[in-house]
Amino acid sequence: MIEAPPGTPPTVWAALETVLDPELDEPITDLDFVESCTVSAAGVATVVLRLPTFFCAPNFSFLMVADAYDAVSAAEGVTRAEVTLADHFASTEINGGVAAHSGFVGSFAGEAVEELDALRAQFLTKAALAGQDRVARPLVDAGMGPEELAELTLGEVPPSPDLDRLRERRAALGIPHGDDAPLLVHADGTRVTSEQVPLHLRRARLQRVGIETNGEYCKSLLASRYAPGAATTP
Amino acid sequence: MYEKDGEKYFIVDSHMHYWDASRENWVPGRENLAKGWIDCFYGYHQLGPPETQWDYEKYLKYSEEDLMRDVFEEGHVDVAIFQSTYLKYWYTEGFNTSERNNLLTEKYPGKFITNGRFDPREGDAGLKQLEEDVKRYNLKGVKLYTAEWIGDSRGYKLNDPECYRFLEKAQELGIKNIHVHKGPTIWPLDKDAFDVADVDHAATDFQDLNFIVEHVGLPRIEDFCFMAVQEPNVYAGLSVVVGGLMHARPKFFAKVMGELLFWVGEDKMTFGSDYGIWEPKWQVEGLVDWQMPDDDQYADYPRLTTASKKKILGLNAAKLYDIEVPAECQLPTTADEPMQPGEELVKDTAGVQA
Repeated sequence: MIEAPPGTPPTVWAALETVLDPELDEPITDLDFVESCTVSAAGVATVVLRLPTFFCAPNFSFLMVADAYDAVSAAEGVTRAEVTLADHFASTEINGGVAAHSGFVGSFAGEAVEELDALRAQFLTKAALAGQDRVARPLVDAGMGPEELAELTLGEVPPSPDLDRLRERRAALGIPHGDDAPLLVHADGTRVTSEQVPLHLRRARLQRVGIETNGEYCKSLLASRYAPGAATTP
Repeated sequence: MYEKDGEKYFIVDSHMHYWDASRENWVPGRENLAKGWIDCFYGYHQLGPPETQWDYEKYLKYSEEDLMRDVFEEGHVDVAIFQSTYLKYWYTEGFNTSERNNLLTEKYPGKFITNGRFDPREGDAGLKQLEEDVKRYNLKGVKLYTAEWIGDSRGYKLNDPECYRFLEKAQELGIKNIHVHKGPTIWPLDKDAFDVADVDHAATDFQDLNFIVEHVGLPRIEDFCFMAVQEPNVYAGLSVVVGGLMHARPKFFAKVMGELLFWVGEDKMTFGSDYGIWEPKWQVEGLVDWQMPDDDQYADYPRLTTASKKKILGLNAAKLYDIEVPAECQLPTTADEPMQPGEELVKDTAGVQA
């Protein structure tokens, strides 16, 4: 469990907890990406983020800084937010771009041609596939077969944090997430047929293994990068 | 060769380096990029067992003696394949060039294979250089670093028309194996830089070339597997999988191996130590000793037999590179032969196999 840096007001930490690493599908607070966070008497929040490597992909990095900026700006008691990324090859572009509200294309003039909405949706889709494995796996282990699984709706699944998380990802994507929505769906939200269930679940598990393995890698790399006395301390 | 419990393993390290990241080699004004690069590698290095870790100064630049000892004398490797990475944008003489690698290939006959490189952004001059390199290094393979920076460009895709010219030329010159590194910061920056869709296109259009995706497309192993299962000429290069996970994250190592064995299969997986990121010794010994855990969550993953380990550790790569294997280490392998696409994998399985 990662604790908030000293001096972080609970409302601001709660705001940061809503910011996800789009690739890893985990909050930046759980990933130890928040290096420092303070709020001045005048309500100016100063947040510094950090990442596992100097070369972490700039597009995802940009999204995290921009999302943190939006979330912290909206937090109670904050009059203005300054969110910056430390120790990254594109820190200057990202920090300047987020502060100036110039969007991703504006921040990387000549190097980026599109905003990042499609990229974000692509990774939410991956997260929503992995989430189906998290929710379905205990049911499969308990002996539920393809016919039953294909018919199962979200409302029939026992409540769990994994189910809430799956609903949130689907809601963000605009695909069915209510009680009567099927648990197993394709990327476009359509129902998976019973014949498709075995391969679909294989894919869902692979997707989850992929995302979670990346998460493990990133946490390990961040821990060695910022270990006390590390040769690579930026 | 590695021998354990009476079994003999012929070891091909299909992905290793002889690099120079010393301060003297950092391009003035771009020191932060040169340092950032090797620091990132050093982070990966620390995922290996503590007793195998080097100090940072040695890591910047290791010697010929270090390499010969770590890879051959102690590392059990029979043949090692140099994968070149230039990165001249921030390393003056390059990070790990064919020229530098080939010094060792010439000095120690039979020990090394030098792989080359090309970059479609270099146009006609690049094509000419490729021809010269094939003659000079007797190239059978190239390593493509599609994310390499040149000027304002942050990379290219394998299915760019200009790249197809190079792939055609490579094929014509007798190159068989295209190793692809998927890495960060491919232009355009707004797309997912690890996307392997371009390998899919190129593998379909160049059926006689083998495409070895290094690091199995991590961190997009799912995209890689969905693609590889449909492309008979796509291989999983295990560098980073073994080195980065077997010691540091054994449960995830088991899951990733299970997925690869299921989707890609033991005939299309090739071992690479990624030396000097990690030494081969502990990786080879560990993989030979390794078994899929008995726990229920791994129950429906394929198992690794002694034969599968022999293929992965050397026989598959030996086939791709026509390396002669001593009779005592041989086994049949179908590497380089057409295989069946993915639907077959689950078609005849009864019930849910998730």
